[in-house]
Amino acid sequence: MAEQLQKTDVVVIGLGAVGGVAVLPLVSAGLRVVGLEAGSWLSTRDFAPDELRNNSRDWPQSVQKANQEVPTSRANESETATQGSGHPMMNAVGGTSLHYWAQSWRLSPWDFKVVSETTRRYGAARLPADSTVEDWPFALEELEPFYDKVEYALGVSGIAGNVQGRLNSNGNIFEGARAREYPMPPLRSSGFTDMMSDAARRLGWHPFQGPAAINSQLYGNRPGCLYHGFCDRGGCHVSAKSSTAVTTIPEAMKSGLLDVVTHARVMKIVTDSNGRVSGVEYRRGNDTLFQPADVVLLASHTYENSRILLLSTSGDFPNGLANNAGQVGRHYFSHHQGAPVTALFPHNLHNWYGLPAQGVAIDDWADDNFDHGDVDFIGGGNLWVHTNRRPMSAARMSTFGRAPSWGSEWKAFIMQNADRSNSSYIQKTTLPYESNYLDLDPTVKDRLGIPVIRITAEYKENELKIAAFTQDKMEQWFREAGAVEILRSGLGRAMGPSTHAYGGTRMGDNARSNVVDRHGFAHEVPNLGVLGASVMGTSGARNPTLTAQALAWRTAEHLAQNWQRIAGA
Amino acid sequence: MANNKNSTRSTSDSSTAPRFSRRALLKQAGVASAVALGSSAPLANAASDHTPPTGNSIPVREAFETLTAAESETLDAMVDRILPSDANGPGAREARAVHFIDRALAGYLSSQRTTYALGLLAIDTAAQTQHGKAFHLLAPAQQDALLQAVANNEIDGFASTGAAFFSLVRNHTIDGTFSDPYYGGNRDYIGWDMLGYPGVRMGASPADVRDEETIAPSHQSAYDLPPFTKQPVGGA
Repeated sequence: MAEQLQKTDVVVIGLGAVGGVAVLPLVSAGLRVVGLEAGSWLSTRDFAPDELRNNSRDWPQSVQKANQEVPTSRANESETATQGSGHPMMNAVGGTSLHYWAQSWRLSPWDFKVVSETTRRYGAARLPADSTVEDWPFALEELEPFYDKVEYALGVSGIAGNVQGRLNSNGNIFEGARAREYPMPPLRSSGFTDMMSDAARRLGWHPFQGPAAINSQLYGNRPGCLYHGFCDRGGCHVSAKSSTAVTTIPEAMKSGLLDVVTHARVMKIVTDSNGRVSGVEYRRGNDTLFQPADVVLLASHTYENSRILLLSTSGDFPNGLANNAGQVGRHYFSHHQGAPVTALFPHNLHNWYGLPAQGVAIDDWADDNFDHGDVDFIGGGNLWVHTNRRPMSAARMSTFGRAPSWGSEWKAFIMQNADRSNSSYIQKTTLPYESNYLDLDPTVKDRLGIPVIRITAEYKENELKIAAFTQDKMEQWFREAGAVEILRSGLGRAMGPSTHAYGGTRMGDNARSNVVDRHGFAHEVPNLGVLGASVMGTSGARNPTLTAQALAWRTAEHLAQNWQRIAGA
Repeated sequence: MANNKNSTRSTSDSSTAPRFSRRALLKQAGVASAVALGSSAPLANAASDHTPPTGNSIPVREAFETLTAAESETLDAMVDRILPSDANGPGAREARAVHFIDRALAGYLSSQRTTYALGLLAIDTAAQTQHGKAFHLLAPAQQDALLQAVANNEIDGFASTGAAFFSLVRNHTIDGTFSDPYYGGNRDYIGWDMLGYPGVRMGASPADVRDEETIAPSHQSAYDLPPFTKQPVGGA
């Protein structure tokens, strides 16, 4: 029997990258908010520059609830799904925004109109036949003010390529128009990134320093980045990374209206006899508690968003909450961000200190930024090279066929070349398909006996063609910069668990093919909102977090402005 | 305080186990040259760690937390062949990769304790069968040939396969040589100096990532940095 708690206005499930943003506009409107977070608070003292702990042993992710419920995965229905060892989400106040790379991109205008723009420019036949992709219910212009709010509330560094139609070739000239500059200049360049920028310009491309939710200088009371090299899988030791744990969440707490409940493991969203949600049941230690609320915002990671909905069955929703149309778990995809190209240079790159977000981007081959008349795919990839090196991973570098993998010759090779290689990061347009989806695993359960989510998904021809195409461009770029060896990784097949996971609760006007409406509220349950990349219907060629955060702010603001109607008060 | 050598575990005990002293004479030249190459560690400190016992000194024996004496000998010889001490300087043995693995097997890697027990036994058994000697007593060329046979799945007796075990030990040899000295390996920053990694620090300047500059190695553990230690108690 669950202990009944005092009712609140809004429950937010998950205080991570998106829930942690949504709470600020909610409390600013005077709403009382309870934030349920499965993890704990972490502080700068928890983020030691320790490669073994952070990168190899996956602390702090390894001790979390999420790792007891790792998704199972299979490429397609002919296989049995197997469970890996790590979950891409983590549990803590701030969630994944603590340890993410913090690349903070806006989607391009094309990403909102993949169907109509492809049809207009190349004909409808160019859309992959089995893709379920739809245009977003609105264009970039609708989301621009919310991108802006999040960039300034969190603190994002970068250089604009398009301010109200005025292009700046030091920024991304392909981006959609923005109202104003970034709040901070970009992170500094390095010898390596300058070398790569010069090479790109020689090719006639348009290199620019990418945007990051990391301070490049003092912002508010938080310092600029110290570039110590442990940003990847580690939280920031000086809070220069603009995690929600050090920005919007503490800001919202100042109002006195946000109650943060840590170590809360949400079991179920509860519905009343009218088919509306009435609150959230969660476990804390051995206690089961019920938190009543007028509105519930589900703000976990993509996998857990679908899982909680599918587990929240009731008389009105026998197949899971907001799932009477059978769309929960559909239109799932994880970003094609693998298939890197790795280069060996004949000189040291001085990359021991830096971070994944300190890099150079090429957008010339992304989205619809180039004419696809001569190629047989749509979309493209963002090419990214960055500084990031630590000794354990450096020792594991490829030997490029120049040395054996152990013994004195190997030792001599890594002694000479540890600081001479670089691996690209290429994010590619990834589409939803009919045969790619999430559901509850029929056999694998967590420690409480509850099914984990099962991923059934693989990359299709469009993604693999982009991968091959962008590898060509990447190799060209590395060779222009002076690389003497190049390795191209396999193009990929199964979509395993990923930090860049999308869909499952897609946003759209059509209630038959989408779970949430254009404002982020469930078509079938008016006082249930969903936040996160799970509502995104296209990936773009860039990291999802800023877009998910802008959408979260927009949904929260919509709730505050339409409180009486949505809350039914 | 930040650079207090005494606060890192890797240098807090002196290691001259009897089995080690046999090779210590051979290795001494290599270790000393590596110290001269890149290390700002006090020479006296490094020297005292590696000097074989003289007649009057009492050898300090190092305990293993999980490995048996025979296992430790086999594993120590194995990591030395994977990442050898040679003309280019000290290797995984001098970095104490075995002590890193031994300690990890008591904790984070405890699920692989049996894999290690079976794997090391299989290697030593093959050495006895082929050469009539324990693996660690074989000549380096004999050890290399046997390890290559393990990697080629030509030896039986492993928890899964010889190739898997060889790969596992190679991985842990890398971890033990190049991870933070806090975990018991990377003694005297041998691993970091080997790669030219200038070490953990709170931050890096613009010049630190430009090729016109050379950075002196910091030679400190992450846990020498004040924010991540327990000292001073109650500190800000």
